[in-house]
Amino acid sequence: MIADLGYAALMIAFGVSVYAVLAAVYGMVRHDERWVTSARNATVLIFPLVLLACITLVVSMLRGDFSLEYVWRVTSLEMPTYLKVTALWGGQAGSLLFWNLLLAAFTCIAMLRHWREEHELVPYALAISTVTQIFFLGISLFVENPFARISPVPVDGNGLNPLLRHPGMIIHPPMLYLGFTGFTIPFSFAMAALLSGKLDDTWIRLTRRWTLVAWLFLSLGLILGGRWAYDVLGWGGYWAWDPVENASFMPWLAGTAFLHSIMIQEKRDMFKIWNMFLVLLTYILVIYGTFIVRSGVISSVHSFAQSAIGPLFFGFLLLMTIFSLVWIFIRWERLRSKNRLDSVLSREAAFLLNNFLFLGILFATFWGTNYPIISELFTGDKATVGPPFYQKVNGPLFALLLLLMGVAPLTMWYRTSLKRLEIMTRWPALAALAFIAILFALGIRSWVALLGYWIVAFAGIITVLEFWRGVRARVKKGEAPWTAFGRLMARNRRRYGGYWIHLGVVVMGFGIIGSTVYQQQTQLQLRQGETLTLGDFSMTFQGVERFPGPDDLIITEATVDVYKNGTFVKTLTPRTELYTRTNQPMTIPDKRSTFTEDYYALLINWEPMSSDLATFKVYVNPLINWVWAGGFIFILGTLIAGWTDPLLLREPAPARRRRLVAGGAATD
Amino acid sequence: MLKVIRHLPSLFVISPPRRQDRKGTSVCAFVVSRRLFWLVALLLLASVFALAAPAAQAQTDTSAITDDQVNEVARDLYCPVCESTPLDVCPTAACRDWREVIRTQLAEGRTKQEIMDYFAEQYGGRVLAEPPRSGFALIVWILPAAAVIGGGFLFARYLNGLRREENERTAETADAPLLPAEENEYMARVERELQEES
Repeated sequence: MIADLGYAALMIAFGVSVYAVLAAVYGMVRHDERWVTSARNATVLIFPLVLLACITLVVSMLRGDFSLEYVWRVTSLEMPTYLKVTALWGGQAGSLLFWNLLLAAFTCIAMLRHWREEHELVPYALAISTVTQIFFLGISLFVENPFARISPVPVDGNGLNPLLRHPGMIIHPPMLYLGFTGFTIPFSFAMAALLSGKLDDTWIRLTRRWTLVAWLFLSLGLILGGRWAYDVLGWGGYWAWDPVENASFMPWLAGTAFLHSIMIQEKRDMFKIWNMFLVLLTYILVIYGTFIVRSGVISSVHSFAQSAIGPLFFGFLLLMTIFSLVWIFIRWERLRSKNRLDSVLSREAAFLLNNFLFLGILFATFWGTNYPIISELFTGDKATVGPPFYQKVNGPLFALLLLLMGVAPLTMWYRTSLKRLEIMTRWPALAALAFIAILFALGIRSWVALLGYWIVAFAGIITVLEFWRGVRARVKKGEAPWTAFGRLMARNRRRYGGYWIHLGVVVMGFGIIGSTVYQQQTQLQLRQGETLTLGDFSMTFQGVERFPGPDDLIITEATVDVYKNGTFVKTLTPRTELYTRTNQPMTIPDKRSTFTEDYYALLINWEPMSSDLATFKVYVNPLINWVWAGGFIFILGTLIAGWTDPLLLREPAPARRRRLVAGGAATD
Repeated sequence: MLKVIRHLPSLFVISPPRRQDRKGTSVCAFVVSRRLFWLVALLLLASVFALAAPAAQAQTDTSAITDDQVNEVARDLYCPVCESTPLDVCPTAACRDWREVIRTQLAEGRTKQEIMDYFAEQYGGRVLAEPPRSGFALIVWILPAAAVIGGGFLFARYLNGLRREENERTAETADAPLLPAEENEYMARVERELQEES
């Protein structure tokens, strides 16, 4: 009953969306403000309607209404309440409904916020963003209906996929989806600029801001996803380059390239066409990523045709690409810049090189992700492209990117002389060399690690020096160092937020190199009381217990004592979980985590028959906490860079520029 | 018939972790047909005799092979069922059986490469973590390299064109950048920007 209400709400939302687009287009063509206003009101209505649909679905899950196929598929009576709520994004149909909700929320917020000040752009943006909404609502209504019924009504449900029962899974998918749906808004504003022909710097300002919002969520989603994998999947790592991960990484790469190249446009009024392409590419990759994850096309080409989802996504993707390309082409002449690059050694050229590298990584990742499809199409043989491929291809590109990250902030707009770059990089380069000399003396011999650490240290030193120079300049004007530091960031949020992000990458770099190159692992069967050693650590097997967990779960938990260099450090309880209904085993690690390394233990196998024998797999992951710490700094930097300056945002752009030009030094 | 023979080793040596194929050509499907059932049974019987001796021998040796040695091989393999989970960490029973096959083969003195070839032959190229560097799969390696090199070439040419223009311009105006002043120029920039952006 209540589910019917949800379905009806979804149906109405679909109708309202179609109306909104038609009304917006009609209103803009006829220059009839009443129609445009009506389109806006309709758009604002989509969000509450989709929210209502989501609420009815959640209520159905809480009440255990198994007459709904989706509820039956992802929940069971015994599941804890919070999981019954998060099961909303625990399966295909629910995820797509949730996608709709977030997109509707973004559209609603963006339209209301910019309605008055950007009145020329918003109606177009509204139409574009709502077209995306129509597509996803259509999928939810006609292909993957979360309110579809089954009969006879089962007594109990399947329960949520065990992998998704981890607390990390509660927050990770919403972040990722926020990132994904968020990228629709910058695309909509870019398209609005193309459609309306209002190609001044308004759209780039709005697009940048919304890209930053989406990018923040996507970055957060990626980091949390890595953490979830590390805590739950039990393979000692955080990133496996699997298609689903790549699907969310690719829009991030394109978005990151865009966030950099957009600065050329703001400063020099150049590369507008290129930026349009990047916005389009990011959006396309978002839709494509959703398509890859949702259609299962990577695991088998055949699944493409089995569900209507594949062809529909493909069609929509093609339609949007052609539509945007045609409009870029129409506005080509007006987008072309009269300005030219002044020098190969300049900030502009550095940003271009940055774009080249990001797109190189993007291409390799795209190609690796899609190769299984190509292989199956052309040879009939499926293929796997695993981490070794990405490490070999993307590794060097990332190294170059980090190197550039170090040098680029030293370049200047228009032109920089080679001599100056030499002077400014000389000491950091030597200091980084001294750093790896110390590492070498400490026994690090892998040339990959040494080279990697040199690059990371070099980039890190230069970034820290940038802060130092800024602070020193202010201190010279008579400020106290800490005040100077605070004001420096408050006054130049974008620049120093960006440097914080770079620092985050540097810290992550330390962690990634350490944990990748120097990961140690061993696997051994132990009798009760026996000990295994790995590196500085030894671990004694104390015993195993098997007990039932919540719902259909059976937990087998081992107790082991961990010693470092002979002294006891911690008792760990790695365990295996078996969800009896689906017979799905999980290996949940336990770890002793410090800033220098993680000791990560897994219980691989234990047979009740020989209860004193158990197989363990243990990893020593050096510096892995640096990855999370770096991630934290990264997000902090993004918040600093994107934090709304209320004063600057409310003013229309021209007034703001006038004030900046006129005010200048006086306001300082 | 040919298919039965091809499936035989997997049927006999290990419990075959084959996905229910879309065309329904799973091993079980063969057994269902009565005639095939007898055929398989007959072949099985024959192979039991044929393989009994070496199999028994292999079993005695596996104790010398450590889990680490097995994982070293399993790390670069994927079973066809568990997507994106390397064989060395996959907890399913099927993957455990595969690891036992690796153990047996290691005990028989096969190298990592030989074992990987064996699995690739049995189950297709998809079990390899890294696509082979031969045949059609070469394209997976060549294309990104070609794209990066090709893109890099175009990019360099674009920049080079700029450089030439730049040189011409400097020749015209003939005001070379003031090098000594440039060190201060950076500080000037910082201060200028401080004012600009405040």
